Amino acid sequence: MANELYRGKLLNISDLSIHFFIEEGTVHAVNGLNIALAPGETIGLVGETGAGKTTTALGIMRLVQSPPGMVVEGKIEFEGRDLLEISEAEMRKVRGSKISMIFQDPMTSLNPTIPVRDQIAEVVLLHENVSAQQALFKAEEMLEKVGIRKERSREYPHQFSGGMRQRVGIAIALACNPALLISDEPTTALDVTIQAQVLELMKDLKVEFNTAMIMITHDLGIVAEICDKVAIMYAGSVVETADKYELFKNPKHPYTIGLFNSLPDIEKDEDRLVPIKGLMPDPMNLPPGCPFHPRCDRAMPQCSEIVPENTEVADGHVVRCLLYEAEHNKEKGV
Amino acid sequence: MSVLLEVKNLKKYFKTKRGPLHAVDGIDFKINKGETLGLVGESGCGKSTTGRVVLRLIEATDGEVFFEGEDVLKFSKPQMRKFRENAQFVFQDPFASLNPRMSVSEIIAEPLIINKKAANKQELIKRVRELMGIVGLAEALENVYPHELDGGRRQRIGIARALALNPQFIVQDEPVSALDVSIQAQVLNLMEDLQKEFGLTYLFISHDLGVIKHMSNNIAVMYLGKIVEMSDYKSMFADPQHPYTKALLSAIPVPDPEIKRERIILEGDVPSPISPPPGCRFYGRCFARMDECKDVDPVLTEIYPGKLVACHLCKKDG
Amino acid sequence: MENAIQSNTDLKPKKRRSQFGEIWKRFKRNPLAIVGLVLIVLMFLMAALADVIAPGDGVFAGYNLQDWNRIRQFPSAEHWFGTDDIGRDVFSRVVHGSRISLQVGFVVIIIGITVGIPLGAIAGYYKGILDNVIMRFIDILLAVPNILLAIAIAAALGPGITNVMIAVGIGAIPIYARTVRAQVLAVKEQEFVEAARAAGANDFRIIRRHILPNCMAPVIVEASMGMAGAIMAAAGLSFIGLGAQAPTPEWGAMLADGRLRMLAGYWHLTLFPGLMIALIIFALNMMGDGLRDALDPKLRSGGFSKKRFRRIQLAKAAAQNNSGEGQ
Repeated sequence: MANELYRGKLLNISDLSIHFFIEEGTVHAVNGLNIALAPGETIGLVGETGAGKTTTALGIMRLVQSPPGMVVEGKIEFEGRDLLEISEAEMRKVRGSKISMIFQDPMTSLNPTIPVRDQIAEVVLLHENVSAQQALFKAEEMLEKVGIRKERSREYPHQFSGGMRQRVGIAIALACNPALLISDEPTTALDVTIQAQVLELMKDLKVEFNTAMIMITHDLGIVAEICDKVAIMYAGSVVETADKYELFKNPKHPYTIGLFNSLPDIEKDEDRLVPIKGLMPDPMNLPPGCPFHPRCDRAMPQCSEIVPENTEVADGHVVRCLLYEAEHNKEKGV
Repeated sequence: MSVLLEVKNLKKYFKTKRGPLHAVDGIDFKINKGETLGLVGESGCGKSTTGRVVLRLIEATDGEVFFEGEDVLKFSKPQMRKFRENAQFVFQDPFASLNPRMSVSEIIAEPLIINKKAANKQELIKRVRELMGIVGLAEALENVYPHELDGGRRQRIGIARALALNPQFIVQDEPVSALDVSIQAQVLNLMEDLQKEFGLTYLFISHDLGVIKHMSNNIAVMYLGKIVEMSDYKSMFADPQHPYTKALLSAIPVPDPEIKRERIILEGDVPSPISPPPGCRFYGRCFARMDECKDVDPVLTEIYPGKLVACHLCKKDG
Repeated sequence: MENAIQSNTDLKPKKRRSQFGEIWKRFKRNPLAIVGLVLIVLMFLMAALADVIAPGDGVFAGYNLQDWNRIRQFPSAEHWFGTDDIGRDVFSRVVHGSRISLQVGFVVIIIGITVGIPLGAIAGYYKGILDNVIMRFIDILLAVPNILLAIAIAAALGPGITNVMIAVGIGAIPIYARTVRAQVLAVKEQEFVEAARAAGANDFRIIRRHILPNCMAPVIVEASMGMAGAIMAAAGLSFIGLGAQAPTPEWGAMLADGRLRMLAGYWHLTLFPGLMIALIIFALNMMGDGLRDALDPKLRSGGFSKKRFRRIQLAKAAAQNNSGEGQ
């Protein structure tokens, strides 16, 4: 049932929990996260600061710093293998070639002392059985694909603007034709008009390379633009996931609805915003029951006691909220 | 409606090794009492510099800034002190703009102490608590240090500090861009409430068009140190005239997958504001450029009542 | 303000946690720094209680009491560190010597800080000509090797521990001036300084209240390391005869006195004062290292709980084993 939805073909993350054990306490960064992704599909991972989006991404790449971080539970099945079970040497082969990543700040993810062309070639050399000459050729080809002319390929990262650097980041990420691309807020540092350029480019390349993508963002506009599916994250777990059209038309979880109401709308002329009350919970001290209940307008007494299960309210639309769990069970006569 | 602030031909050039950087290059605008002017543009367009020059946090290169009819840029030191009480600044970064070695109450008390606004300690404490109440900070947070708080509450401290001297005018420099959406909405609502309650006038600077639209009565779009279009918020969104405004509006990702808009993708990057070429600043990226744009810099002209545009195309239409 | 209040009703009052408390928490993580701190505390106690540990009064205070019947004795139960050329108890002298060394350390730091911090702050804040003049003066001080400068000053003012302190103190000014200047340059660009200016604060208030408190971390580290350097320099000057004069029980001077007897096998005359110098310098440097880490806000909450991590790890492994056996 609900599990049906998670039987994706390319990536299937089930019950993933990642905690950090620091002196002050245990940080519950990711708690029982489920995500499934088919080849070529794009899922938007939406959430606010501290929702666990980046930790999830690093978890998939097995790059969570350990200690203090640890995957305490769960599976990350990628192309049929559990990434948490394979050796580090095997994982290195996956990273950068089968799964690659684009970072928020392209300046820190590029090496300032190496020309961009060589940086791309390095990734190619590492993962593909080619000569240095071929790798450089491939690098130039990739740069051309992301809209950087050959003449600029020998320049260093600092000679490029933010948008151009992000293009280089994309070129590196796609150089080995990965099956999965994880983009961690790739346009947050960019201006709107440059963001539009980069999003357009990503949309095109995604189709061209048939790459599945996890788009980590806090911007629902970007999701509407580029994703097929959406997963809304709160306090380390996915509270609602659905097809993009379904989720935007028919948001169910009070947090999702709250997010939409918080946004100033360009199209409409609202008088007043309706913010979500309160603050993000402290990941070291999550509230019992549903982690959202202290901020929820529709919280019921039992919300502070019972952790809600995943409920499929419509085809492929899964919500983690007691409101719908009860309704759903009634319908089914449970 | 009386004009509180009027800026005329304001310029700010920064000296650099490669020539003068034209951060703000001759801009004019007016803000009515109790209203908000939204200043929108991409990074490096000079919007923050404008806010700082207006408050004389940095000195202008040229131009005039009239506050209640008097030129702020010609103020003497004592006049400046009076002006500082009337015009305040809320900063973008709620982390960098608060002194990490001072507690919440010390930060809010600072302007009161500097300007000797409290007769004694009791009065000072009372006023600080009152301000904390106004911006919605629990009294229990008095002795807490800023780094122990989240961005939203830090920004509230910044707002309380700006309100401490009962100003008439506040420059809001990207006050919510560092905040999460749910917190951003809380802070925006607070700012609106404060504006109504105290009759404040805002110069609201942001790169987020949604936020700008929500907050502003009038909007000015800046590009490379110049205002390219200015009008009330409704006609800015309903009837954008300047090609840059059109591109900017079309570039915002709208959180609704059903809406399919035609998107204008601009070529290239924002050019360097150091020694900009003559002619229209937008020439290099414009999709509707003409020959005359290359040499003649268009002037901000009223093409119909309330709509000012700096573009050769629009002049012809008018 | 209905929105504001509603959004904050769920706030729990935060208890006050002093910044000192946090620094101490991070400092504690470094065992070597703790060792350094303990040694320094012991050294202070020794200096404070010197008269109790090694009593005596007047000119014939314990450390100066000459017993011609017991010259150059090796360490024994009676004289823990033995006796010197003229029958003085080395232990008493070493204990009293800590007073002088610590005094030298502190006075030097105080000279360095009181002159160096304002110079650095002014140079960094105002830049321009003032900066140039101050920093060139500092460069001149730096160009002369510290010990040479001290020798020159000591030679000009005459030997003696006070002059050594002045000499070494002047030599310490540049380091503080430079450290503070670099800090001020960084801190003054921060927005909270601009905020203070927007509130109408004058330069003096901005520097004193907003800039300097945020520049102190490296100065404190520098002071702790600098104290070690100062004690070393003072001991060196005393060793070559420009510092403390007989019969002052200065460790450097004691080394100088003992060195002639070292070859004759009287090791205790140099070992104990030498050990003390080494110990205090080691302790100050260790503490300085620890302070540097503790005061660096970037390292905030970097600590990791090994115990809990291990426990979860073991539990996980056990669970995997169980499931493995079950199959």
